[in-house]
Amino acid sequence: MSPMLYLAQRGTAVILAVAVAVHLGTILYAVRGGLTAGEILGRTQGNGAFLAFYGIFVVAAAIHAPIGLRSILREWTPWRGRSLDGAMLAVSALLAVLGLRAALAVYLA
Amino acid sequence: MSAGTRASPLPRRVAARPHAGFAAALLHRLSGIALALFLPMHFIALGTALQGADRLESFLGLTHNGFVRTAEWGLVSALALHMVLGLRVLALEWFATAERTALIVSTCVATALAVGLLFLLGGA
Repeated sequence: MSPMLYLAQRGTAVILAVAVAVHLGTILYAVRGGLTAGEILGRTQGNGAFLAFYGIFVVAAAIHAPIGLRSILREWTPWRGRSLDGAMLAVSALLAVLGLRAALAVYLA
Repeated sequence: MSAGTRASPLPRRVAARPHAGFAAALLHRLSGIALALFLPMHFIALGTALQGADRLESFLGLTHNGFVRTAEWGLVSALALHMVLGLRVLALEWFATAERTALIVSTCVATALAVGLLFLLGGA
């Protein structure tokens, strides 16, 4: 792994450690007695802090996950080179677009 | 006692470390793959809110069965496991901590299972 990818992977890992801890805490609190769309949207609609938090969460995950997948694929398969890097860039873009769309959806709904 | 009858020169605790470290690396990778596969579906599900709360509610209704709930429990546990094993990696790399690998990895797995159990007990 190149130094740049290493720094990106570990830097986003620190952000994600905080974000995941908050997210897990929120999940465990929110699911008590079941979860409805109304309850989810009641917390998220028009909540700028929520949007900022999950925006950062999504961007960090979109950087972190493809770098990790790339390392695994390089270790466990013969896949190398530009095609692998291109595929991981596509995964990153997919996660970023879908994730930011999801955060915006529950913010605007 | 002759040299030929001696047990392994490594103490048992030291000899077990590579197995715990391997298990940690494998669990970290497998939980990461599971999360990477799940994330797009999770985002698509939340994105249905763009079509209104009713659409999101109807989607959530599809998840009210044993299979999906088991999968949700697994993913919440995988998320917790990936996080704590990732913290272990950061601690090893950045703080050069000497760890008792088997104990730390066992604690990571127990933490993830506890989070999964809390999720189930919460009525998810």
